[in-house]
Amino acid sequence: MGINYLYPDFEVHRDREKCITCRVCERQCANEVHSYDAESNRMVSDDTKCVNCHRCVSLCPTHALKIVKTNHGFKDNANWKGDVIQDIYRQADSGGVLLASMGTPKDYPVYWDKMLINASQVTNPSIDPLREPMETKTFLGQKSSKIRRDENGKLITKTDPQLALNIPIMFSAMSYGSISYNAHKSLALAAQKLGIFYNTGEGGLHEDFYQYGKNTIVQVASGRFGVHPEYLNAGAAIEIKMGQGAKPGIGGHLPGSKIGEDISKTRMIPEHADAISPAPHHDIYSIEDLRQLVYTLKEATAYTKPIIVKVAAVHNISAIASGIARSGADIIAIDGFRGGTGAAPARTRDNVGIPIELALASVDTRLRQEGIRNNVSLVVGGSIRSSADVIKAIALGADAIYIATSALLALGCHLCRTCQSGKCNWGIATQRPELVKRLNPEVGSERLVNLITAWNHEIKEMMGGMGINSIEALRGNRLMLRGIGLNETELQILGIAHAGQ
Amino acid sequence: MEAYHQRLPLEGEERFPSGCAISGIFSRAGNRFSGRSAITSISVMHDRSNGLGGGFAGYGIYPEYKDFYAFHIFYYGNEAKRMCEEYLEEHFDLINLSKIPTEKHHNITDEPLIWRYFVTPLPTKLANSQLDEKEYTARCVIHINSVIKGAYVFSSGKNMGVFKAVGFPEDVGEFYRLDDYKGYSWTVHGRYPTNTPGWWGGAHPFALLDYSVVHNGEISSYDANRRFIEMYGYNCTLQTDTEVITYMIDYLHRRQGLTLEEVSHVIAAPFWSTIGRKSEEEQAEYTYLRNTFASMLITGPFSIILGFNGGLMALNDRLKLRSLVAAEKDDMVYLASEESAIRIIEPNPDRVWHPSGGKPVIITLNK
Amino acid sequence: MQGNRREQMKRVYVNEQWCLGCHLCEYYCAYANSGQESMVKALKDRTINPRIKVEEKNGISFAVNCRHCNEPLCVKSCIAGALSQVDGLIVIDASKCVGCYSCIMACPYGALMPNEEGVMQKCELCTTNTHGKPACVQGCPNKAIVFEER
Repeated sequence: MGINYLYPDFEVHRDREKCITCRVCERQCANEVHSYDAESNRMVSDDTKCVNCHRCVSLCPTHALKIVKTNHGFKDNANWKGDVIQDIYRQADSGGVLLASMGTPKDYPVYWDKMLINASQVTNPSIDPLREPMETKTFLGQKSSKIRRDENGKLITKTDPQLALNIPIMFSAMSYGSISYNAHKSLALAAQKLGIFYNTGEGGLHEDFYQYGKNTIVQVASGRFGVHPEYLNAGAAIEIKMGQGAKPGIGGHLPGSKIGEDISKTRMIPEHADAISPAPHHDIYSIEDLRQLVYTLKEATAYTKPIIVKVAAVHNISAIASGIARSGADIIAIDGFRGGTGAAPARTRDNVGIPIELALASVDTRLRQEGIRNNVSLVVGGSIRSSADVIKAIALGADAIYIATSALLALGCHLCRTCQSGKCNWGIATQRPELVKRLNPEVGSERLVNLITAWNHEIKEMMGGMGINSIEALRGNRLMLRGIGLNETELQILGIAHAGQ
Repeated sequence: MEAYHQRLPLEGEERFPSGCAISGIFSRAGNRFSGRSAITSISVMHDRSNGLGGGFAGYGIYPEYKDFYAFHIFYYGNEAKRMCEEYLEEHFDLINLSKIPTEKHHNITDEPLIWRYFVTPLPTKLANSQLDEKEYTARCVIHINSVIKGAYVFSSGKNMGVFKAVGFPEDVGEFYRLDDYKGYSWTVHGRYPTNTPGWWGGAHPFALLDYSVVHNGEISSYDANRRFIEMYGYNCTLQTDTEVITYMIDYLHRRQGLTLEEVSHVIAAPFWSTIGRKSEEEQAEYTYLRNTFASMLITGPFSIILGFNGGLMALNDRLKLRSLVAAEKDDMVYLASEESAIRIIEPNPDRVWHPSGGKPVIITLNK
Repeated sequence: MQGNRREQMKRVYVNEQWCLGCHLCEYYCAYANSGQESMVKALKDRTINPRIKVEEKNGISFAVNCRHCNEPLCVKSCIAGALSQVDGLIVIDASKCVGCYSCIMACPYGALMPNEEGVMQKCELCTTNTHGKPACVQGCPNKAIVFEER
């Protein structure tokens, strides 16, 4: 009331002509927006609680509901926008750090949308993916720099451990805790079906999921949650999380309310205590310390698993990547500033880090300048939204792509960005059993398989259009891209020419 | 200013795709014959070129100087010649130098200075560099071509030479008086570029040390290949497919020590489905090569004839998107983009066949 | 014996672990059997009387409808011969029903109930309406209700 009244962002519009008072909206809203008034035999809604997750809208059998952005607002002000003003009110009220979820919604340039893809014509034929082989198989890992032969002159084919991918896309890290058991199960089943990998995130690996180990990347983050020898050997690869695109420089945050018995057991931490990961790894304060951890993990797993180092895209990412490439790591994963998160301080999420497109281009160029590009594979993430983004990322130099937000959208997420409350109506970012039920892994994994299969077909179509029939010939092939509406500096960093050149 | 005066970009400043014709003739017995057959062969494929490039590579043509590297150099201006010769004297022993003899031809114009040097690396310089002779020579050639403006070494092998210009290949052959040279192996190329090259360096074949490549097709993997091979000291100044292919073959064959078969398993690797049907041992080998050198896979149509001291290799892309015909008679082997180009010089071959996509045809001198 | 064919018949089964207690199945059933084209017209301002009902207690919920038993007690109990079994499917001939409620007392699942006219109704797997595939199955948002052979 009064000074701390914030007008709700959203208004629930119910078409009274269509509403049949079935009460499904009431039963399905965990935020308790809808209720039934027996006296008037009508449904009523409390707009202040609505987070715009669309659960009620999607389930209403007569499509009587819609959620509308309120047109109540402050006086037009190009500098003091409504959400900026409200943030100050909230902080004056609470004295606290503003938390936010998912990727930054701020209006920064999206470079994927400013790059165009080539097609072959006249001087070079395009290839028909329906009638000719079109290969998207990829291997991630360290490659030999010098071939060797045995005493009979035969090539020695033993290599450092590699990850074999049927499609150059993997599911990025989302911890058990930030997302639900059923969400993890959906990801694991889909990864197994597609022949790709999913990532445990920093929450450890639930014992029920060890059976999917062949398609699992286990993560070692600064909090070292759930890290023990069986865990390290359970997966196909180990990822050291040095940073995350959405919140470079800080560690993970799981509120105590989300930590029940299962999470506590999996993470090896006490129940109901906030799990706050340290900002750095407290045994990695310099690049040589990272090398030590890389080799510690390799020793612990008898050199059978590739080691991935995941970093957030920051200003000196090229130098960092160069250092990592020389540290013994097999794969570098770079996470751009648009990446999602279960919970992060809003200011960090919206202002820290750089776009993945620029980070990828400069890292790939720098590694080639130093002659070490073949020592590591590059995986990138941070808002890859379609198969076109995948093609552009590979053309800039990536070996494979990490997706997370896209995967959650396939599972039913509507990007309401309220994950930190733990009341996800779609059963994804919650631990409440009655909500987790809403994500049936049979349905979820099928949708993920559909999404990746569809993207794979589109990737093959675009490859064929360019006259390429194996994905490795697209890797780093910057001549296949042109910029549009980019300035000279941006073109130079991306290493591409402008459309028309 | 450039846009105002409408100066066309030179080859190397921009990438010019092209279509072409190629041909190769080889004597297994090592019998040497003049360049005339190559000229005859390529003239039949006249319509595959547009007069904007043609060239030859001959092997075994300098028997008196067979232990020395034969540098063929274009000079655009005397200053370029002076600077280049200064560099050569610092790094090599110059055994012999002269202009390459040419004959005026009405279709070949705007020629640069064309000189030939027989050289060997200066012993002390070579020892100091801690490189083997071939690596030393290759690096010097790449240095001249990237750094010394106006000078371009277009042939640098022992007992072999490339002869090229802007013009129809049969005219280029006359221009260089190839009747006067005798070699056991000749390859020839006629070019159909989409832009006027503007200078002669861009013509084909492309050569480095004794590797020469003539190529028909346009590869879609060019930039992926270029950005990878340039990590190893090569500089793709011409921006042509042939250049990057030659560098990749030099790297894989000379520096990594792969056999020519293994090289073809890298640049024209079979499809994964094909590899999956091979024996376990072969699968491991093919997978190892394809994975380790993934960025050297060539996609898009290509048919190349690689020349080297003692042999030729012909190779098509995996989908066989470009024609390549082979034929033999007695000890002679013929390769060409069209059968007519073979029959005009050998009307009755013993055997004619079309090599499969991705499978190399390797021909060497009888021991 | 008709045993084989009955066992191979598709029935509506509930996977109770996925039931969210949203009651959408009830509304889709009522709509499917209403004979109306529009759900709004069929159900607005009406109290529904669906042939599938959600049972819920203590956080557990699941929908119950006619099991189309191999040995139907309702058919045995019907004094008017209105209930019969055709290829495994239990159907009601409304014209014969006298409203004695014997079947309601006989059915252990509570699958039968009177309709607005006092005549008995029960799930007939949407074979008697224009829906084709059972409407409750189509309307369930979480695949808690499936139509399959077991």
